[in-house]
Amino acid sequence: MVKRSDMSDTGLPTPDSGPRTPDSGLRTSDSPPAIDVADMTAVYHEQPVLWDVDVTVPAGVLMAIVGPNGAGKTTLIKCMLGLIHPVAGRVLIQGQPYKERRSAVAYVPQRGSVDWDFPTNVLDVVEMGRYGSLGWIRRPGRKEREKALESLEKVGMAAFANRQISQLSGGQQQRVFLARALAQDAEIYLMDEPFQGVDATTERAIIEILRELRATGKTVVAVHHDLQTVPEYFDWVTLLNVRKIASGPVEDVFTEENLRLTYGGLVAVLRNGNGADHNHAAAHSLQMEAAP
Amino acid sequence: MTSAQIDIQLIAAATAAACAIPGVFLVLRRMAMMSDAISHSILLGIVLAYFVVDSTSSPFLIAGAALVGLLTVVLVEALQRTGLVKEDAAIGLVFPLLFSVGVILIARFADNVHLDIDSVLLGELAFAPFDRVIVSGWDLGPRGLWIMGAILAINLSLLLLFFKELKLATFDAGLAASLGLAPVAVHYGLMSSVSLTAVGAFDAVGSILVVALMIGPPAAAYLLTDRLTTMIWLSMLLGVVSAIAGYWLAHWLDASIAGAMATMVGVTFLTTLVFSPSRGLVASLARRRQQKLDFAQTMLAIHLLNHEGTPLAELENRVAGLDAHLHWDATFTADIVARARRHDLVLENEGLLVLTPAGRTRAQSALVHQAAR
Repeated sequence: MVKRSDMSDTGLPTPDSGPRTPDSGLRTSDSPPAIDVADMTAVYHEQPVLWDVDVTVPAGVLMAIVGPNGAGKTTLIKCMLGLIHPVAGRVLIQGQPYKERRSAVAYVPQRGSVDWDFPTNVLDVVEMGRYGSLGWIRRPGRKEREKALESLEKVGMAAFANRQISQLSGGQQQRVFLARALAQDAEIYLMDEPFQGVDATTERAIIEILRELRATGKTVVAVHHDLQTVPEYFDWVTLLNVRKIASGPVEDVFTEENLRLTYGGLVAVLRNGNGADHNHAAAHSLQMEAAP
Repeated sequence: MTSAQIDIQLIAAATAAACAIPGVFLVLRRMAMMSDAISHSILLGIVLAYFVVDSTSSPFLIAGAALVGLLTVVLVEALQRTGLVKEDAAIGLVFPLLFSVGVILIARFADNVHLDIDSVLLGELAFAPFDRVIVSGWDLGPRGLWIMGAILAINLSLLLLFFKELKLATFDAGLAASLGLAPVAVHYGLMSSVSLTAVGAFDAVGSILVVALMIGPPAAAYLLTDRLTTMIWLSMLLGVVSAIAGYWLAHWLDASIAGAMATMVGVTFLTTLVFSPSRGLVASLARRRQQKLDFAQTMLAIHLLNHEGTPLAELENRVAGLDAHLHWDATFTADIVARARRHDLVLENEGLLVLTPAGRTRAQSALVHQAAR
């Protein structure tokens, strides 16, 4: 079992995966990275949720954030969006503070974070994606409605525009949230568990849209649970467990070694059954892999 | 109707409409109990502000009292943030303290003010017509109507200006924050509106009715519509109707006006709960019964399909004895068979039930649907 505190000092087998090692590959020197997180530390009730995390997301990648429950995945996304004030560290979006680049970022929160019994319909929810560019007081008009309809079309939900949101299935809710993000016309998409509780068809449809976004030069970051589909869906990955274990191209850093470090000795536990502390983590990650 | 009666009803209607606007958002944010807290603790604010401005009708008194309402929200949230007290308990801890300090201050230092505990709980709407605004000899109408009219106008303007921000902060505060539409500021703006409305209404109708008017009509409107704008207008309408109906109930019973109005709010809500066309109890009972009958007919069709063309069909698919096979009671079985025949799902042939093509399709599609799950 490797203690987390050892990782940053000892380094890891793959050179790309070591902390503070610059990400290789797609990054070009003349354009700043899409997202640059440095020395990010966040606490919740005195407990560190993120501990000195450095992550650089080059523009134009499709990146997964993986890690066990409580690893700080959602917190990392929220820090990127300035929704949580970290105790240390900073985030740059395209080389500038988030406040300067709000319009470049679209956010898809966890589906369960809102009340789906709220009295409104699908089109109205998607229009909310335009509220940022409208600013205070100005009301959405015909332009916003057209943009919202166009986004619904892209996710295959145009027929549901006037549907009450409480009547949607889980997969449909997720598509509506994705449409709302598309309506923002952003360059960077931050998604918290976009595949959570959706059926296989919806999952394929969503990943197809994310690939289209990448093809047009957008950057997508998604919290992801299904380790098996990481290499298939994503080209970049960050392995997180309070500390950053590794971050880089999937083929370089998505290794058994790094996964073992991330999931707290899962492999060892499976082999010889000791390490009571980690039985929990092992059980969690196994469930995650089994989940659709 | 005398002019005093008209005045009372106008004040009641303005109060109901003004309360419904912030009330809708309290209900949608699951913060209904916050209105209870605010409407009580502002008593302390009214007393303190009275000591400062030495008048019960100054706008400064209203503003000062509203600040204590806001303080209540801040204290409740601070208590909650300690992680040691849950929200409902925090509310229950903060407002009785502030309220009772107000009660003590009135009893000890403000004997000569018209404030007393009865008027605190139930207001004094019956006397409202006699407190008039008179400017250089001109009677401009009852003061209560001016106060509530002004508050209604403020709430309406805030609603029209910030409708989009209120909606987004209520539905998805995370997105609102990421878009720069400050949900925390919107939250405190809403709480200010609740406090201001509660202070204004407090004088006219007392603290119990403030809670009734803020929560009852929006909760009823929520059962009647799927659209936020409709919910707001409907809440105002239901509030006004309950308030006026309450006045006449009080007139008829010769009882407290505020008490009768709060009762009518309750009656309006209960009526909606039972009879709302889409979500009411009657409608959902009817829907559940219909589903049960539909399901039973499908089961009958599946049963017939399973035994169709088998040697057992003679035994299983017979009207007589069907109840024993399906473990249904005889009346229910007879009813379902009759319904299935009426819907052309089955035919009866010398006591033997035979599926029609429609019945066969129904059974098969139910089975396929089941398998696909």
